[in-house]
Amino acid sequence: MLDQGATDAFVEFERVQKSYDGETLVVKDLNLSMPKGEFLTMLGPSGSGKTTCLMMLAGFETATHGEIKLDGKPINNIPPHKRGIGMVFQNYALFPHMTVAENLAFPLEVRGMGASEREGKVKRALDMVQMGAFGGRRPAQLSGGQQQRIALARALVFEPELVLMDEPLGALDKQLREHMQFEITRLAHDLGITTVYVTHDQTEALTMSDRVAVFDDGRIQQLAPPDELYEAPQNSFVAQFIGENNTLEGVVKELSGGIATIKLDGSEALIEAKAVNVEKAGDRTRVSIRPERVETNPDRLQDDAHTLDAEVLEFIYMGDIFRTRLKVAGNENFIVKTRNAPDVARMTPGQTVKIGWLPEDCRALDA
Amino acid sequence: MVTLPPYATTGQRIWFYAFRVICGLIFFFLIAPIVVIMPLSFNAENFFTFTPEMLSFDPDGYSLKHYRDFFGTSDWQQALRNSVSIAPVATLLSVSFGTLAAIGLSSEHVPFRRAIMAVLISPMIVPLIISAAGMYFFYSRIGLQGTYFGVVLAHAALGIPFVIITVTATLVGFDRSLTRASASLGADPVRTFFKVQMPLILPGVISGALFAFITSFDEVVVVLFVGSAGQKTLPWQMFIGLREQISPTILAVATMLVIISIALLTTVEILRRRSERLRGMSPG
Repeated sequence: MLDQGATDAFVEFERVQKSYDGETLVVKDLNLSMPKGEFLTMLGPSGSGKTTCLMMLAGFETATHGEIKLDGKPINNIPPHKRGIGMVFQNYALFPHMTVAENLAFPLEVRGMGASEREGKVKRALDMVQMGAFGGRRPAQLSGGQQQRIALARALVFEPELVLMDEPLGALDKQLREHMQFEITRLAHDLGITTVYVTHDQTEALTMSDRVAVFDDGRIQQLAPPDELYEAPQNSFVAQFIGENNTLEGVVKELSGGIATIKLDGSEALIEAKAVNVEKAGDRTRVSIRPERVETNPDRLQDDAHTLDAEVLEFIYMGDIFRTRLKVAGNENFIVKTRNAPDVARMTPGQTVKIGWLPEDCRALDA
Repeated sequence: MVTLPPYATTGQRIWFYAFRVICGLIFFFLIAPIVVIMPLSFNAENFFTFTPEMLSFDPDGYSLKHYRDFFGTSDWQQALRNSVSIAPVATLLSVSFGTLAAIGLSSEHVPFRRAIMAVLISPMIVPLIISAAGMYFFYSRIGLQGTYFGVVLAHAALGIPFVIITVTATLVGFDRSLTRASASLGADPVRTFFKVQMPLILPGVISGALFAFITSFDEVVVVLFVGSAGQKTLPWQMFIGLREQISPTILAVATMLVIISIALLTTVEILRRRSERLRGMSPG
């Protein structure tokens, strides 16, 4: 999935820029290459440029600079209706004056397909999303989840090789959303479709995708498989945006063998962290540690590990885990998650504890 | 039916009934002049007032002579033919141009949208006599004054604002992502317009068409200026009838026009509701 060789790239963005007003760039120097069959999610806060990228790929927006290629061919000058890309819209965009079956037959009719062949394909597409009995209904007579399925079926019925989805599950309730997440990924893999999925929901991005492109400020901050994104964020935006994260600020004192020794602000203590995004001693840095990688039991740490004193502010019992809020080096929102196991002590507010971690779990990122 | 709540004060009771009386009076004020011409059009005499025979419901007091007059006089028949040949063509032009203008003006990238919109709907706001005089001088220059096509164009210009306004109102509720969806499914812009956009804005187009038609059918000022004797329309003939002949035939014509208008309104409203149901706005 990670093969980015130019020969088998199916979708390519090359140095793409987009500006709506000719002054500010909404998308800045975007480079992306997707192999066939990949499920790629564009994730980012609103205004990060992810939807603009999707719209440029669909042909509804034109790139100000750069080239977008589909299957090796530049598509900048091809109008949207000739690109043959399936699309699922945020609000489904089903045609309200047509029945479900007519909605699905529309792209086939446009392609000049005969009535009997059309009927067969529509039926298969409806069965695929378990909506076989609803062909005669109008969209207004369907629930949100059902409309979502029809929108999906309509985007797939003409067998496009590339399907774009623009926050398709945003309007559904949590349970339905989780179910549809599963169903969309299953369909995409079964049919071998290349999918570009846009969302601002990181859980959705992590559970569905082969790779996730994290957008911020018009750039891809990191493009990686979900596990890598969570465990090895390349900069502090990604660390902060994906999952729960603890941040401590400080100055790099020493840099050797890929390990940075850092003096934290608001404390005299020194800690060690994996140097990811720092260049030299004296740089300011943000240190990122996942709450579940913080160790509260000193026995389990290496003998020479640096430890910090922390004051317990809040202890929340969540069943399978304990969630503890600590004050560490001036940061009052330092979260520690511990498994509810017989040998793990429950902490009480006001108590002072020693915490530590393995240097490789702690990443020194840009300030 | 709204009823008074048991805790209503005397003041509220008085207002409750006064409000209904006022509404009734307004309704009467609007309808009475139209209702009163209907029985008068069956007057057996050449008068504009109720004769004693009519008031005593004597059958001899009533007749269809004014209707016969309308159908038997070549002036009236020519006027009817003129109206019927001008109004539909003017409506067709108004609807085509008005709909296109409304769609164009509702897309965000058109510069000076508000200014253009103001110019296009100005015929509705500028006093008719001024438009008429302006059109007269302009059309004379380019040889359209006194021609059938000139009157059609003038009426189309008067009808366009109505179409623009009704279609723009429908477009507000039109979801732009539908045209994008249509494009993503492979439909070119023309197909998208006829298969997706047009069916959905049809209620607005129909209402606009009705207004444009009535405008042309009712119009007397502009046609007096722009038309010549060859384009004498029904309202023009009625105007002459009032001024020169003082014949109750115009009452017969008026009655027929009222009935046609009601029939037209009803048909259009049924059509509009039907297409609104089709676009899934109200439960069907």
